[in-house]
Amino acid sequence: MVAPIGRRGFVAKGAAGAAALSAGLWPLRSHAAATMDFDEARHLLSRTTFGATPAEIRALEAQDYVATVDRLLANVRRDAVTPPPGWLNEGPAELQRQVQMARAEAAEKKTGVDGRPLQPERPLQEQGRELRNWWVEEMLVSDQPLIERMVLFWHNHFTSSLMKVRFPPSLFRQNALFRREALGNFATLLKEVARDPAMLIYLDGMRSVARQPNENFARELLELFTLGEGHYSEADIKAAARAFTGWTVDRQTGHFKTRDNEHDGGEKTFLGQTGRFDGDAIIAILLKHPRTAETIVEKLWREFVSLKPDPAEVKKLAAGFRANYELRPLMRAILLSAPFRDPANRGALIKSPIELVVGTVHLLGLPVPEKTQLVRMMIGLGQMPFDPPNVKGWPGGESWITTYTLLLRQQFLRRIVEATTVASMEGAMMSSPRNRRIERREQLPMKADDSTMQQMAQPAAEPRPVEGRSLRYAGDEAKLGPTLTGVDSATLLRTLLPRAPIDTVDPARTPGATVAAAMLDTAYQLK
Amino acid sequence: MGRILLLIELKGGNDGLNTVIPYADPKYRELRPGIAVARDHTIQLDEKVGLHNKLEPLMDSWKAGDLAIVQGVGYPYPNRSHFRSIEIWDTASASNQTLSEGWIAQAFKGTALPKGVGVDSIVIDTNALPSTGPELRTIVMQDAENFLRQATALKDTGGMKDGGNPALRHLLAVRQEINGAAKGLADKLRAAAAPAEAYPQEVLLGRQLDLATRVITAGVPVVAVKAALGGFDTHANQVQPHERLLGALATNLALLRKNLIAANRWNDVLVMTYSEFGRRVRQNASGGTDHGTAAPLFVMGGGVKGGLHGAYPSLSDLTDGDLKHTVDFRSVFATVAQGCWGQQRDFGLRQASRLGFLS
Repeated sequence: MVAPIGRRGFVAKGAAGAAALSAGLWPLRSHAAATMDFDEARHLLSRTTFGATPAEIRALEAQDYVATVDRLLANVRRDAVTPPPGWLNEGPAELQRQVQMARAEAAEKKTGVDGRPLQPERPLQEQGRELRNWWVEEMLVSDQPLIERMVLFWHNHFTSSLMKVRFPPSLFRQNALFRREALGNFATLLKEVARDPAMLIYLDGMRSVARQPNENFARELLELFTLGEGHYSEADIKAAARAFTGWTVDRQTGHFKTRDNEHDGGEKTFLGQTGRFDGDAIIAILLKHPRTAETIVEKLWREFVSLKPDPAEVKKLAAGFRANYELRPLMRAILLSAPFRDPANRGALIKSPIELVVGTVHLLGLPVPEKTQLVRMMIGLGQMPFDPPNVKGWPGGESWITTYTLLLRQQFLRRIVEATTVASMEGAMMSSPRNRRIERREQLPMKADDSTMQQMAQPAAEPRPVEGRSLRYAGDEAKLGPTLTGVDSATLLRTLLPRAPIDTVDPARTPGATVAAAMLDTAYQLK
Repeated sequence: MGRILLLIELKGGNDGLNTVIPYADPKYRELRPGIAVARDHTIQLDEKVGLHNKLEPLMDSWKAGDLAIVQGVGYPYPNRSHFRSIEIWDTASASNQTLSEGWIAQAFKGTALPKGVGVDSIVIDTNALPSTGPELRTIVMQDAENFLRQATALKDTGGMKDGGNPALRHLLAVRQEINGAAKGLADKLRAAAAPAEAYPQEVLLGRQLDLATRVITAGVPVVAVKAALGGFDTHANQVQPHERLLGALATNLALLRKNLIAANRWNDVLVMTYSEFGRRVRQNASGGTDHGTAAPLFVMGGGVKGGLHGAYPSLSDLTDGDLKHTVDFRSVFATVAQGCWGQQRDFGLRQASRLGFLS
């Protein structure tokens, strides 16, 4: 049996790696070796998890690289470990009923015992909140973070947004589909996505009927999901739109169904081929097109390797991928490729808000029983799970960092550094009653949560740290969480940063001060 | 010298029909039996339309002739999603077009702005899209002290090497931008005089306009400042909340005008409100209104030609129950780009007309 690689599966190897570390910071090796050193193990984990602790890195150190990648891709679980929210099996009618009831109650303008008006319930927003919290929980507890990285990747490829879909159970099921096929088969995934109710609502497929085909899904299928701009004509979009007519969502159950009388069964010409195509026939043609595999490989490259895909490598990988669209061999090839292992590509990607938040919490071993505050931070930084900004998804890369988000990221990290790592985030990031009320109020679909910066901007308003002291100034008494205790400063620095620090970090400082300095270093934004 | 645009986003979709009221049209009361603003709560502007009386503080500006109301502003094939529609406005795109650059940034395409103090546009709100783009150095801040404090925590990046790593290069460039802006702004903002008359602090807009006033009176050479007032998504029981919002808006705008006149900057500023859409003509079953289309917007400033501009959309000729816009918002933007910054821009319209609210 193959031992799973994951947080729970790690056994710390103690001081075995410490000697190798003292040889000097970040030596760049010229060619890929059979076994990994600390830095390469860190690199592999930084790209396949949300960030790794010293113990997790050491568990891979000196291991065979290929065997490790194989283990990473073996025995993938296809279901979430976190139990789904309770409303999962409620149909759209039930949600509607609850929304109506809440509206009627709000109309009565009840007041609470304190005489203040009661905040009306918002069932849809509440379900959305639970849905986001559920996923963030899964990202934090999963022993297969690579799967969550892939689910996030597919969420950003086959986008659907709760703002439009307004039915959380369908987005949960779409997320489950992404998890099932996270490292499965792209052809299967594409066929399933075309039938996915959240997608049918998001891109108006459910309204597309023979006498009035809606082109929204067809357009994005060609432009974003498979071929990419410049490889099809407007006539191809029209033909594809006709082929998908009749695929819709059952309004009672919220599940996929077909309506044969609404399907356009006529002859269509699509990408040079003519026939009485239905949706699956269109997908089959798209899967034969070389651009489809290239689009996916390019995107995976930008997610896992570097901001600039190498065209020759992409073509090579895509050619192999196209044979059967199996994702595991593709990911294996990417992780084993020379560019992935090239030390120049370490720290060449910018952490997304979700990676920054989830990774920091995991790295420090912070207990966070309530996820709403974490989600709030992700929203402030520009990544609201289940609500990509538009059908193109989050552009990612450099666009994660603006003058605003960089300062907000620093503020989030400074907050954690100043508030100690042993106090739970509940204490560190507890919202005041006023903010909790804001939380319940409907959030407008803005780029960022209105209250985030405002809330962050008032550090002095309430005493936050519940126990412990600033990592920076507590000296040797700084209580690092269990993930970081007993680790020397040099190792901490190499764990937290993918490359040498940008600002000067004094290696002689206490571990607490080193963690603080590393987290506030600009290089911490990189992965 | 150009004018500074002070843009105020009314978030959520302001109900234009209860803001600038077509009081003389019987359809207005017929379609809004529960929420129509009563005649005696309407300040008559002409024989057809009037202002909600909560907007009374704006009447000084109206009488002085420096408040313009542009009626019926919208765009073809209106989108009723908050997110999408504000994006359409902010990027001056067509309804079916996705652009990533904001319209203010677009207005400066191909023009080199003077280096100034390291910042071209200040957003005192979270949505910076209108001035997002490579042409403008935009700083988002909620309050000056906090921004300056945070910025100083980030050391100058001068001399730091990116080692050929493009991601790091970008990070260092953004840091540089923050540092540059903070350096340029620190002295000016700290030296800026307090507004002649204090803004009420309960509503966020008051605090935002306080900072905006300081930025403008301190002579920070920016092309635009953005603030916002949220809460306009009035789907249910809208009468009181909407009144409160209009009252807060008018009080703050009137104070802004006083303060900028006192500082002798009123001629150098153009204030403009906007919202992602107006609301449905017919009220809904919950005493509120759903997402709609065209709505009026306010333009104020020393150089503004006051009065009503554009035509009020007909309440008898609706599309799917919604008003038909009479003015494309991109014509408004084209007028502003010309009048504030001397930039000739059509924003994708084949022939953007210039409106008469700026000489």
